[in-house]
Amino acid sequence: MATFFERLLGRKETSADHAKDRLKLVLINDRTDLTADSMNRLKDELIQVISRYIEIDSSAVNISVAQEGREQRLVADIPLKTARHRR
Amino acid sequence: MTAKVVTVTSGKGGVGKTTTTANLAVALALEGEKVVCIDGDIGLRNLDVVLGLENRIVYDIVDVVEGRCRIRQAMIRDKRLPELHLIPAAQTRDKNAVSPSDMVRVCDELRSDHDWILIDSPAGIERGFRNSIAPADIVLVVTNPEVSAVRDADRIIGLVEAEEKGPARLIINRLNPSMVKRGDMLNADDVLELLAIELIGIVPEDENVIISTNRGQPIALDGKGRAGQAFRNIARRLKGEQVPFMNLEENAGFFGRLTRLIRPGGD
Repeated sequence: MATFFERLLGRKETSADHAKDRLKLVLINDRTDLTADSMNRLKDELIQVISRYIEIDSSAVNISVAQEGREQRLVADIPLKTARHRR
Repeated sequence: MTAKVVTVTSGKGGVGKTTTTANLAVALALEGEKVVCIDGDIGLRNLDVVLGLENRIVYDIVDVVEGRCRIRQAMIRDKRLPELHLIPAAQTRDKNAVSPSDMVRVCDELRSDHDWILIDSPAGIERGFRNSIAPADIVLVVTNPEVSAVRDADRIIGLVEAEEKGPARLIINRLNPSMVKRGDMLNADDVLELLAIELIGIVPEDENVIISTNRGQPIALDGKGRAGQAFRNIARRLKGEQVPFMNLEENAGFFGRLTRLIRPGGD
């Protein structure tokens, strides 16, 4: 309960919150063997490849690893430029 | 009688594997089950001292595997609980003295006249861990609500799955309810969300665990005390009983909540 009210009142992040956020990232790296750096490279290359076929909004591309139980899934959200936005 | 083989493991050292193994063994024996526990930590044995049986060792698991004694001769009977036996590890040999197939063979020999075979795995992911999970029907992963222990638990859970011994079940040991309440310790839900496996028990931090271990009297022997109760609850869940999880929110009564409402930024 206390935590709920503290959060509601915008109290700063606790050390447990910090631990959980750090662990989320560490576990994704451990499970997938994918570092933040290779993730960025993957994103850049993906944008390059897809751009060869279709016009995309490369600034809004979002690549992330989603978790479902102990399964990981690479999720790529790649907004396409519609005809209206083209010039 | 066909024993179930339960392996207690963790990846990280010092999270309470041996304490958990000893207390689950005692708790199952208190329920009238026939239990034998095996110390899987060859070269660094400890289950004997935690159980208070260190003075009665004659033969160990390596003697059994190498044919110097029969399995019965290496089994130390606990005088407090006649249904509880220990097969100690060798102290002066290394982990390669026993192979995974040796462990399977030893357990198969014990299965017919016990209800439970509990194996205390060493820390790490090397030979001792492989030996300990080879015969397992059920794997229990012990962790503490700390970043290093949770990370290693995740790695172990993955390895247990890869060995097709999963899904492992989780014991969160040494949870400190007042630190959780202050937001200075991961709570059980956080750990479960991160590790995404089934929980079988939460053991609160309790200084009586150290006191009872000093005396060689596992805390589950004691009728009172929250840690002892938590271990006895896990033993009953292993047997398939539905036992609700203890409420660890100490002092979270009306007054405590009221104080927090009035002074949300306090303490």
